[in-house]
Amino acid sequence: MTVKKNGQTLVFSNPPAVLATAAVVGPKEGEGPLSGWFDVVKPDRLLGMKSWERAECKMVEEAVTLALGKAKVAHKDLDFYLGGDLLHQIITSSFAARSIDVPFFGLYGACATIAEALCLAAVLVDGGFATHVALASSSHHDTAERQFRFPTEFGVQRPVTAQYTVTAVGAAVVGPPGKGKMQITHATVGRVVDYGQKDPMDLGAAMAPAAADTILAHFQDTGRAPESYDLILTGDLASVGHPLCVELLRRAGLVLDGRFVDCGMMLYDETQETVAGGSGCGCSASVFAGYLARNLEQGKFRRILLVATGALHSTTSAQQGESIPCIAHAIVVERSG
Amino acid sequence: MVEATREQAEDYRRLVTRFGRRPAILRNAVWAFLVGGTICAVGQFFLGLFLLRGMPLKEATVPAASTMIAIGAILTGLGVYDKLGRRAGMGAALPITGFANAIVAPAMEFRREGLLLGVGARLFQIAGPVIVYALAAALLVAVVRILVAGPPGS
Repeated sequence: MTVKKNGQTLVFSNPPAVLATAAVVGPKEGEGPLSGWFDVVKPDRLLGMKSWERAECKMVEEAVTLALGKAKVAHKDLDFYLGGDLLHQIITSSFAARSIDVPFFGLYGACATIAEALCLAAVLVDGGFATHVALASSSHHDTAERQFRFPTEFGVQRPVTAQYTVTAVGAAVVGPPGKGKMQITHATVGRVVDYGQKDPMDLGAAMAPAAADTILAHFQDTGRAPESYDLILTGDLASVGHPLCVELLRRAGLVLDGRFVDCGMMLYDETQETVAGGSGCGCSASVFAGYLARNLEQGKFRRILLVATGALHSTTSAQQGESIPCIAHAIVVERSG
Repeated sequence: MVEATREQAEDYRRLVTRFGRRPAILRNAVWAFLVGGTICAVGQFFLGLFLLRGMPLKEATVPAASTMIAIGAILTGLGVYDKLGRRAGMGAALPITGFANAIVAPAMEFRREGLLLGVGARLFQIAGPVIVYALAAALLVAVVRILVAGPPGS
């Protein structure tokens, strides 16, 4: 066996390659600081479709097609498709899988889905069960808003802790070791962590302990120092949750410097009125598939640790007064060779 | 699952509070005052218009309120009212235009699920609780009034 597990961390000694990635985003994300790093910026969020849900699905199909094209992997050579999103019964991913038409695993890790998908794709390839695996993680501002909060045209003031669900898709194609410019070397699988937070309008505070738990496990399992990474990114803790995570890590004896950032804080600037920052399955996914992948390919980053974070509540559990269980999965992607 | 103990959860709650941000109360209040005040001034203008046409005050309030509801509905349809509400909070929500927004927004949103189970079933998703408890409160006040002062007209 080439794969070893140490604590919560999978170590791929024949690291599967990330052959290509593609990021398709909405107009607001296209106006943000990372604008230039995305493959496609859509001019509107409905894309001429009859529903927001159809628009999100179309973006996923486009991102997967783009990623396969960039990876030069023909449809017939694709073994599996892994996908996840925020909607009930993950309809975006399942409906996209209907047209992608290869064996499909539907995933739900809330906004941690991209790391879960990359981890499982690497497991499938390294385990010899697949040669090429396509994956995508998506969210859409309006599909999420109407499901989790209010109708999109309802005028309501958001609390200062609220985050803005991004309209974005991140897709990738994982393939055999030694190919491509990037590879997946480690994956730290998160535990479900619940610190009793109950406010679905403050998910950053709910998710911060889960992120800290996975980060601590990662450094303990690998014996690495934070300096091993050019960038350590949480998924979508945003400006409320990220400082809390820094504090929790500091208390546990791990001090992280300026290389510790958050995808949700990178997507928008202060004039874009997203309150605390971005969130959603497409948040860390598009930052990975756009900004991070391009910088790894160009050699600007040598190795990154992406800690995607997800809140595992539903509208039902929140209304029934349950606390919010959260998860964070970490994935190490480095430049090959 | 890593479930925090009661002490850990309490400790974390304190940390969250300590790191918490305060809402920009002054800015919010100014926005609420300006937007809410403007909406009320427009309402007053229409009331004056109907009074000028010779309507008695008691009758004139009805078309004035209806006009404001229509304006609220149109602004919702144009995609303006949600932006007003985001900035002005209760300044946009409290006037009757806000009530129109609370009805029209779900009607627009759930139109795609059909007229019966979409619009029909979810039209009062936001306004429903307001109507239910406003009616309940009115009933309670009426009962108290009758008990204290006797039936109306007595």
